[in-house]
Amino acid sequence: MNNRRAGRGISLTVRRAGKRFGELAVLSGIELDIRSGQFVAIVGKSGCGKSTLLRLIAGLDRPSEGELFADGALVTGLHPDVRLLFQDARLLPWKTAAANVQLGVRSGGKEAALTALRLVGLEHKASEWPGVLSGGQRQRVALARALAGEPRLLLLDEPLGALDALTRIEMQQLIERLWLEQGFTAILVTHDVSEAVALADRVILIEEGAVALDVPVALPRPRQRDHRFARLEQLILDRVMGKDVEPAEASQILEPSSLFV
Amino acid sequence: MKAAFDRRRFDALLPWAVPALVLIVWQALGSAGVIPSRILPTPWAVLEAGYQLARQGTLLESVAVSTQRALLGFAIGGGIGFALGLLNGVVPLAEKLIDSTVQMVRNIPHLALIPLVILWFGIEEEAKLFLVALGVAFPIYLNTFHGIRSVDPGLIEMGKVYGLGRLALFRKVILPGALSSILVGVRFALGIMWVTLIVAETISASSGIGYMAMNAREFMQMDVVVLSIVMYALLGKLSDWIARLLERTWLRWHPNYRNI
Repeated sequence: MNNRRAGRGISLTVRRAGKRFGELAVLSGIELDIRSGQFVAIVGKSGCGKSTLLRLIAGLDRPSEGELFADGALVTGLHPDVRLLFQDARLLPWKTAAANVQLGVRSGGKEAALTALRLVGLEHKASEWPGVLSGGQRQRVALARALAGEPRLLLLDEPLGALDALTRIEMQQLIERLWLEQGFTAILVTHDVSEAVALADRVILIEEGAVALDVPVALPRPRQRDHRFARLEQLILDRVMGKDVEPAEASQILEPSSLFV
Repeated sequence: MKAAFDRRRFDALLPWAVPALVLIVWQALGSAGVIPSRILPTPWAVLEAGYQLARQGTLLESVAVSTQRALLGFAIGGGIGFALGLLNGVVPLAEKLIDSTVQMVRNIPHLALIPLVILWFGIEEEAKLFLVALGVAFPIYLNTFHGIRSVDPGLIEMGKVYGLGRLALFRKVILPGALSSILVGVRFALGIMWVTLIVAETISASSGIGYMAMNAREFMQMDVVVLSIVMYALLGKLSDWIARLLERTWLRWHPNYRNI
């Protein structure tokens, strides 16, 4: 943790943000403060607006109301230090893996691309076409592409949903490790509460277009799936599914005294 | 190991079995006099005629003239079709303005315009070029337009997120994405090119394979007539083979094209 580049990540402020599509208000009155270098997970049921919020943060969509600020500056469009990891890898099929990663390198250099591929363990696949790679490998290349540009804010839109369970866990550990090393701010949108608890410092639940829960996750890193993990996961999952939960109870289970429950 | 080798050889030769059989039967029937040579000359006679004309240099010259005509018409028509397809694919306003008109013109069978074309252009080169260009333009236009519109919007969004400007987006994402559709258009247009050329050369010609055939018909040289048909067929096959080669090279990355 000591070799983390402190203060590198973008800090985010969201003020009264909302988004409507025609008559439908997908988001309204969102207020958020995200510290530099924090890892935030946004969970919620399908259609709750979490992906929409991510797109507002990315600058891909304009808010219908309210404002978003990145490092104090108003978000009006795409930010050069922000990178997005999509649900599908979105690699250009007509370029090799290395050439795809090069897209993420600002100077377009091949060396930086190979370095990024090495980070995700796919240096040996540098000259392969995406068509021959597995789904997990493609997402790893996409991750390399996202990191090749040394982003200060990484947005992840359910990137691991299409992967099998084991690959998903491997990718989570990879993302956590790289985040610890590079210190960017990360926002992960996921429907998988387990994934949220595995990766994030803070879990936010979006329900009916508004923030319904905001709990810290103070479990030690690297994350172990022990009983505290499971309890917190259960708590959040219960709340997502609509059962009443005290946010205080969530932070309470992280107290040392609850270790021996 | 030997069995696998033989099997592959066998599979490669199999498509040729029926044509070879047809040739053999044709030659046999011709030689036996069952088919008179003024109706259909034997394959051997055709080959001999070809050899003679090749020695005189006539064959090569005719082929060169016809090919040049065809390719020039292709370049003109294909160029226009490609440019329009690009324009309409990329600029929505252009599509709204131009596409309907193109579709209307496309519905006129271009070969039906021949009497009009002769009136406008006479019976020289311009008429033939115009017809070939007209025939070629539409498949190229359609496939270019469709190819560009079919590019995965997710890839375009990704390109924007990764800071690709309009030109870079076009060069790296849109054009390569449209390429497989464009190549299909090219292969289709090549077929139309040859058909249009044959018809145009039949209407009138003073050079080329069509001229060679018409001349031969005047003198009842049926073997040369059949030879000209064979030449057209060979040229068609060659152009298609080149197009497939382009496909195999430029679309190497495509999972569907990997084992052509």
